[in-house]
Amino acid sequence: MAAVQTSKSLSRKGSEKWRSQHYRSFPTHDTFHFTMLRFSRTISGRANWARLASTLAYVEHAGGQATPGSLSAINAARQIQGSDEVTALVAGSNASEVANAIKKVSGLSKVLVAESGSYDHHMPETVAELLVANVKKHGFTHLVAGASSVGKNVLPRTAALLDVQAVSDISKVVSEDTFERPIYAGNAIATTKSNDSVKVITVRASTFDAAAEGSSEAAVEAAEDPSPEALAKWESEELTKSERPDLGTAQRVVSGGRGLKDKENFEKVMYPFADALGAAVGASRAAVDSGFADNSLQVGQTGKVVAPELYVAVGISGAIQHLAGMKDSKTIVAINKDAEAPIFQVADVGLVADLFEAVPDLTNKLKK
Amino acid sequence: MSSKLRILVPVKRVIDAAIRPRVNKAQTGVETQGVKFSINPFCDIALEEALRIRERTKASSLVEKVHAVSAGSSKSQETLRQALAKGADDSTLIDVGDANLEPLSVAKMLKKVAEEQNSNLIILGKQAIDNDQNQTGQMLAGLLKWPQATNASKVEIDEANSRVTVTREVDGGTETVSAPLPMVITTDLRLNEPRYASLPNIMKAKKKPLKVVKADDLGVDTASRMETLKVSEPPARQAGVIVESTDELIERLQKGGAL
Repeated sequence: MAAVQTSKSLSRKGSEKWRSQHYRSFPTHDTFHFTMLRFSRTISGRANWARLASTLAYVEHAGGQATPGSLSAINAARQIQGSDEVTALVAGSNASEVANAIKKVSGLSKVLVAESGSYDHHMPETVAELLVANVKKHGFTHLVAGASSVGKNVLPRTAALLDVQAVSDISKVVSEDTFERPIYAGNAIATTKSNDSVKVITVRASTFDAAAEGSSEAAVEAAEDPSPEALAKWESEELTKSERPDLGTAQRVVSGGRGLKDKENFEKVMYPFADALGAAVGASRAAVDSGFADNSLQVGQTGKVVAPELYVAVGISGAIQHLAGMKDSKTIVAINKDAEAPIFQVADVGLVADLFEAVPDLTNKLKK
Repeated sequence: MSSKLRILVPVKRVIDAAIRPRVNKAQTGVETQGVKFSINPFCDIALEEALRIRERTKASSLVEKVHAVSAGSSKSQETLRQALAKGADDSTLIDVGDANLEPLSVAKMLKKVAEEQNSNLIILGKQAIDNDQNQTGQMLAGLLKWPQATNASKVEIDEANSRVTVTREVDGGTETVSAPLPMVITTDLRLNEPRYASLPNIMKAKKKPLKVVKADDLGVDTASRMETLKVSEPPARQAGVIVESTDELIERLQKGGAL
């Protein structure tokens, strides 16, 4: 009872003002009736406020599952509007399957499904039209997606069609129109406010936790499908197969650089080390350019941005472009024979040693 | 290919990639006074690709023209001269003074220039290393309603079938898409290795056409949609320790909970 009293008195000030503006002639003699009415008004007022921000999250999926980056974007969307009223949109020929897989994700109130082959492989020309049609139909104020290669490909096109300026790769939600994002390879953080009617946002996965499964189930509905014309054709893909954890979301990452000298050494030294730690393997641009590792393993401004619990940089000098991709890692370890290497300035623990001795030694000790 | 290629290459003048930018005292941006500027590395790769397409298809004279365009202050002329020295035929500077440009405004201006130049292939860098937005190419493709292929690591032109096939770098590997002209391509790092301009070509570039227009001449509103409330330094990391041995390294990590 006491708690109810408190909440009433807290809401009184706002309601009094509202009443004086709108219900000047309202009969106040029936106190009980009036209190109830005022109470319901407050609730509907809150609901209206919540409806001011309504977010559509574009769900990227592979193999019938939402990607971890999409789940991080859903979490960012919840922070934007401060409620669990996020609508997800799943598109592609297996969209229903993905919708069933994600409908229990907490924060989602609805899943829109566009089951059509036109949207397979997240082709930007068709998906952008789909997103525009759904934003317009439902009046969404925010559109979010992960800042993955898919999100970066699709969302700016969508924003242009909506005639709004997109916000890329946000690292923090300040309020529903204000966001933080890194610029200049992470050497500065910009706080930017969007004045556009629809905020189109890509979300840096490494700074938001992935939304987990909850107990309730979101309603699944058909999306508005504009059946857009396909302007481009998807031909093929070549994905790097790996048994190790995904680089973008791994808890531990070991990265090799130029110091590994060649591809053979990279594989001989880094892979057993990664396996001993249960880590994903990353690489510096120098290592990728020299052909030691695949392009998709590059960590940095132009590659992947990671923020694992543990990041071990092996034979990496620490150029600013590389630091941009890993300096938000919780613990950074550097192993380098050059004591002056810039990587030691950001490392929590540094070991000045020849990596060809130190890393196999570490691998052996960790296995025990 | 039935139609000749008229390639448009947008280039941006940015703080040199080797320089570590510093946030200014007023926290409104980064310090630009006395700082070295260069062509954005990804724009350099885009220009190189346009020139290589011309070289590859020399026999059929497929490429009619490579036009470089830049939007920014009058200093962006230097960037355009550099593009001309490398091999662009002519150029346009959209002089906006000191106005801060957003990708949407740039895309709108580029659309006008593309229409004026009757371009049928636009090659841009995937992102500028100052704002790290990665938006302009996609926005431009959307405004023009052309197909787009971003993060290109390989571009092949099939003259017989009038199609462009692009291998794209995506999370986890590569993907190949194809589209008919006209189209928009953005370049990834590994597409090519840009050339240097030779001294004679730098001299010749001074005589190549550089047209200056204003945003108003193009009828594009460049007002900002975003407000930059603050620019700050990223939080500094606590100073680390140097350990002497692998045993000590493991011990430290175990104590810190990282292992």
